[in-house]
Amino acid sequence: MFRQAKWDEGLLVEIGKEGRIGYVPPEPLGPDVQLRIPEHLVRKELNLPSLTEAQVVRHFVRLSQMNYAVDLGIYPLGSCTMKFNPKLNDRIANDERVTNAHPYQHHSTVQGLLSLLYELQTNLAEITGMDEVSLLPAAGAHGELVGVLMIRKYLQSRGQHEKNEILIPDSAHGTNPASAAMADFDVITVPSDERGMVSFEDLKKLVGKKTAGMMMTVPNTLGLFEEDILKISKLIHENGGLMYYDGANMNAILGRVRPGDIGFDIVHMNLHKTFSTPHGGGGPGSGPVGVKAFLREYMPVPILEKKGESYSWRHDLPHTIGRIKEGYGNVGVLIRALSYLLTLGPEGLVDVSSQSVVASNYLLRKLEKQHYQLNHGQNYPRKHEFVVSAKPLTKNGVNALRVAKALLDEGLHPPTIYFPLIVDEAMMVEPTESEPVEELDRYAEAMNSIARRSAEELASSPKNTSVKTLDEAKASHPLTLRLTWRSQKK
Amino acid sequence: MKKYSHLLPNDKYLNQMLTSMGISSVDELFTDIPHEARLKGKLNVSGPMGQMEIERKFRDALSTDKVHPSSPCFLGGGIWPHYIPAAVNHIISRSEFYTSYTSYQPEISQGVLQALFEYQSLICELGNMDAANASMYDWPTAAAEAVRMAMRITKKRRVVVSAASGFERRKVIETYIEPAGGKVVELPFNAETGETELHEAEMALAEQDVAAIYIEQPNFFGVIESRVREFSELAKRKGALFIVGVEPTSLGILEAPGNYGADIMVGEGQPLGISMSYGGPSLGIFAAKGDLNFIRQMPGRIIGLTSEKDGKGKGYVMVLQTREQHIRREKATSNICTNQALMAIAAASYIALLGKEGFIRLAKTIVANSHYVSKRIEETGRYISPFFTSEFYSDFAFARKGEGPRGHELFEKLASKGVHAALPLGWFYNELKEVNMISVTEAHNMRDVELLTKALLEV
Repeated sequence: MFRQAKWDEGLLVEIGKEGRIGYVPPEPLGPDVQLRIPEHLVRKELNLPSLTEAQVVRHFVRLSQMNYAVDLGIYPLGSCTMKFNPKLNDRIANDERVTNAHPYQHHSTVQGLLSLLYELQTNLAEITGMDEVSLLPAAGAHGELVGVLMIRKYLQSRGQHEKNEILIPDSAHGTNPASAAMADFDVITVPSDERGMVSFEDLKKLVGKKTAGMMMTVPNTLGLFEEDILKISKLIHENGGLMYYDGANMNAILGRVRPGDIGFDIVHMNLHKTFSTPHGGGGPGSGPVGVKAFLREYMPVPILEKKGESYSWRHDLPHTIGRIKEGYGNVGVLIRALSYLLTLGPEGLVDVSSQSVVASNYLLRKLEKQHYQLNHGQNYPRKHEFVVSAKPLTKNGVNALRVAKALLDEGLHPPTIYFPLIVDEAMMVEPTESEPVEELDRYAEAMNSIARRSAEELASSPKNTSVKTLDEAKASHPLTLRLTWRSQKK
Repeated sequence: MKKYSHLLPNDKYLNQMLTSMGISSVDELFTDIPHEARLKGKLNVSGPMGQMEIERKFRDALSTDKVHPSSPCFLGGGIWPHYIPAAVNHIISRSEFYTSYTSYQPEISQGVLQALFEYQSLICELGNMDAANASMYDWPTAAAEAVRMAMRITKKRRVVVSAASGFERRKVIETYIEPAGGKVVELPFNAETGETELHEAEMALAEQDVAAIYIEQPNFFGVIESRVREFSELAKRKGALFIVGVEPTSLGILEAPGNYGADIMVGEGQPLGISMSYGGPSLGIFAAKGDLNFIRQMPGRIIGLTSEKDGKGKGYVMVLQTREQHIRREKATSNICTNQALMAIAAASYIALLGKEGFIRLAKTIVANSHYVSKRIEETGRYISPFFTSEFYSDFAFARKGEGPRGHELFEKLASKGVHAALPLGWFYNELKEVNMISVTEAHNMRDVELLTKALLEV
């Protein structure tokens, strides 16, 4: 039976004691210096705990033991794509010549690193069917922002100021509307039809003079390939809008469909998902953006160029949206992505989409239909993920949340729950291509067996995790909000 | 067997899986994709390669690169060479941390959640702030989101930004606020002292539409702004927020921004145990003062302490998620979700390792080293060092006397000698074409300094 480690681990501030130190900084090279600044700008108090190295290491290692991770088991969070991260990638990315390079150092001294980044950039352009790729964005949502800023700048430079609406399906990731709003677009939500795809009839009514573009995830968050995608991109283009591809689900179509070939003008990729880099408990990620040639001049600066055999950064793009971060992207993540890509090669990428899609359909069919129902597009195969509704269980007083908490007790990470919003009691499962079939069987068995249990049996879960069910409402309530040690003391 | 078979466990079992589904081939699962939408032919990408080959390829490609510490690096400006204590990498290499995802199921993810709570707490101690988020991408995006937050709170559009702030910070702020109708008003710096001009701020704030003043402490030139309190008071008088950008190690010796009136503190967390990695991944620090309404306007994820439902044990969860994009969609405070969580854990373990005494010693060593190197450069007789007269921390500008290479030329000449130093300030300021900048930290030893001064004498 699964049991997660449970340490009664205090906070650093509770463990620390005056007079200890875990790392002694080097002695100064020259004499002590008294700062010539006003007395009121000199620090008088610094409330940091003092601990030895052993205490700090034990503290964080104990914490790590109270944490689930892909290296511990299946993590089928739909739309988040948590696949296994091959260890080779980490070793390569930890090369000192990568980790110790300074972003301002002369480009002639980092030609090797730049050649690798350029190779990644070129390969990503090929995979997405785009003409240019920028590796700068630090995360998928950052890539989205860059994408919509390019749409805005492009339309403005053509004097099309009336175009201020971005169309977004109701099944989309929440970042899409948030990014569009940050770029000052009005968000128009497009309803899904009974297939679970964009309703073309409704879309036709919503498109018009004000349409600046449309953001789509293909396959969408229900795991369905948008059947009308060619019609949709044609319609948007006819109305002078641009098509934006959210690459969060690209795993499913690697080597089979290229967004650039089906009408998309801008693409972002989540390298930490599709190209397998560890996600670090919430980041760093990486969200490179690809564009068609006509948008090249709107890309964020700088862009990486190759002239002859030499690589350098170009800063003077005439219509650039500007700078979007420091340095040149999350290089550590980019290096891992290239290593992964090289491991697979062209056929390997196709095999990734095959295996992730087979795994998802296989798992879906193993789930007992009387418990987990499929609301949309019954006749369509799922791609790398699927969404079932745990609605049938509610008549027994069980819901998606209870199933999730019971899965925790089995040592299995639950699917994404209550997303997308268009499915009641949604459970969004993405097994990915890295789970062996035995693991898929075990997962299906666990979900089915939980569904057969009574509400009373499930009420006590989770009990095998390091803590029992937490009071999330209390955590966010103004009177009981505790965000730091200081507020805890209050 | 294919080279990548180790990544795809069902290669051999695919047919069995398909048969059990009553499907004859994998392609049947892709029949819903319109024929015209499919890629004809094969992708023209590199690979497949075996592990050993890949490792060799990367090693060969990188073999000629010249990086710190074998080529000493005295560059800063947002990313600095610092020494990383061994325990930091040990901690963030725990795969329970680095291969985990966002903690959507808190009961099984207490490790990351508590570690991030520790990070938030430590940042608030450093800055004397009330709440910190669990990280932003980097300093520039943190500064840009801080300005957008100020615009939302004050419902005003102009932001007064010191020209002595980092170039990338200023540029990213511009990119982020332009769509929201924001406008940057730059405050000049004093050509002699390197400090931001206070009286210009008074003029800029005569306008009623100012959402925030953004000042860096120390500023881009490493110069310590001696009038931050006046800037803060000025902002308060005009109903604008005061945003301070910091290089966090300086807080071992400089007053906490919360103590001189900062409403929001942002900064670069890379100096706190994170490698330079050519500029990323780094760590954007974001912390705020104030009541809940203020905290509700913060971008990013925040972790909070709570108890188990039965009221007994304690535990950590993500809080105030109703501000975030997955719930609020286009009305969210920001679109950020993936942040730099692992880097925040690195920073938390770094600060914990140094503790109070180590942190103060670190800042003192950096001050002493930077003053020592400045003096050594001056003693060559060829340079004015430091160039600005006000007190500095870690970074300082210097300028060539008389004939000889300067600006970009000096930078290139040093690079060709294997020393990364003398950032040309002309890249960022027309009026400083003749001026360069050196950044010194605790990571520099006497050998580095000798190589630097020798190279400066030879060029």
